[in-house]
Amino acid sequence: MRRSGNSGGRIGPSLQKSWDRRAAANFIAGGCGSGLAILSSANALWSGNLEPSAFAAAAVLIALGLLFVWFEIGRPWRFLHVFFHPQTSWMTREAALAPPLLVALAATALSANRAAAAASALLALAFLATQARILRAARGIPAWREPLIQPLILSTGLAEGAGAALLFFAFAPVSERLFLSVLALAAVALRQFAWRFYCRRLESRGAPKGALAALQAIDKPVLWAATLAPFLFLLATFAFPLFAAPFAVTAGVSAIFGGVLIKGVIVTRAAFNQGFALPDLPGLAGTGGGASTRPGRS
Amino acid sequence: MTRWVMVADLERCVGCQTCTAACKEENATPPGVQWRRVLDMETGEYPDVRRIFLPVGCMHCDEPPCMDVCPSTATRQRADGIVTIDYDLCIGCGYCIVSCPYDARFRTDRARFAYGGRPNEAERKRFDERRLGVATKCNFCVERLDAGIAKGLSPGLDPEASPVCVNSCIASALYFGDIDDPQSGVWVLLSQKNHFRLHEELGTGPRLYYLWGSP
Repeated sequence: MRRSGNSGGRIGPSLQKSWDRRAAANFIAGGCGSGLAILSSANALWSGNLEPSAFAAAAVLIALGLLFVWFEIGRPWRFLHVFFHPQTSWMTREAALAPPLLVALAATALSANRAAAAASALLALAFLATQARILRAARGIPAWREPLIQPLILSTGLAEGAGAALLFFAFAPVSERLFLSVLALAAVALRQFAWRFYCRRLESRGAPKGALAALQAIDKPVLWAATLAPFLFLLATFAFPLFAAPFAVTAGVSAIFGGVLIKGVIVTRAAFNQGFALPDLPGLAGTGGGASTRPGRS
Repeated sequence: MTRWVMVADLERCVGCQTCTAACKEENATPPGVQWRRVLDMETGEYPDVRRIFLPVGCMHCDEPPCMDVCPSTATRQRADGIVTIDYDLCIGCGYCIVSCPYDARFRTDRARFAYGGRPNEAERKRFDERRLGVATKCNFCVERLDAGIAKGLSPGLDPEASPVCVNSCIASALYFGDIDDPQSGVWVLLSQKNHFRLHEELGTGPRLYYLWGSP
């Protein structure tokens, strides 16, 4: 199967151009910010170490992500229309969650109150979930509509947030960082599992070759730089207390890097549509076989 | 209840793109934007190879994913099934574009014309600033349809009340009509010939049917 020279349009899968790096930045910054809020709240509730600046940073990240989206939309001064469809639109739901989340984060940063931190965590979790559902609902893109995108986006947000939280506690005593380190290890491991299952599922479902190639290209960096590196550096903080701070910073940065890499590629480079595939049509392609075609699909 | 559908006979379509041109003329879509287009596909394996011309565009799905995701309610579905876009509500977020499994939606941010910076006569007449920065797509020529019905005409039978792509087809490969009306041409065609719809496995219920021979 191929397209001929005078074809009236694309047949095989093609990369979507509607959402670019600005949209990816929203998923990255929003995911990192909400993950930071969740992990910082969990740390505060468990170990009593509430770091107000972490909540302020989470608010800034989430607001920045939404600002990037504002820069991307075609009619930015109509942005209030985004709130019109909460019945079914996950984009509306994400937008509707943002104001209370930002207020809760600001309140936590200003008051260092545990109840406010808990409220921030719940709202941040909901915000992160809406981001996952936004991609899941985009049925034109096989790599996004795959149901396993949801655990991947959730775990990536948590891993990014854990990485960011580590930056705020890098210079704290080991005892204050212990719980956070355990959470970070769990989040990074969870992300690796989610990534692996997601990629395997896409392969088995015959996702567009271009999408699989884009994901395959970052498989090793995700494993080494975004999973094993934070693991090893976090363990090293306990083995070499003298260098705990730089090791914790490196672990945090590499955990964040993984989120940037995964979401950046999924939103911009793996976002192939499915193209046009004909079902099996006995008789249409001659006497022998059918005309089933799946151009560009694995 | 009326439910408008389009039917394309793959054994009649010759891939001339007259429907594409007629749509562009009627709607003055900018370069690169084709609400109606005909894909040119080759199927089978040598020596059993055949070309298929596949008209595509908005499928006006029964369950349009573009409508569910739209955050502004700009994308709506009429009672007769036609999916429309309110250009005054749309924020141009592009969510509907990535949600359409049929690559049928477009967004153009700047005015562009077929022959450089100046519009030709048809483009100048039909230029609509409201279509910049928002999602656009085929609407089954809904304004012609409504105007024709108001005059007592029958969409699918009377050209004045039918989509221009259907009117323009040189091979009579495109049909339009009410699938709920057993007297309509589309109903008869679909009951007599093999037919399929694109990507039915997605459950969107596309309302562009393709015919390919008798059962």
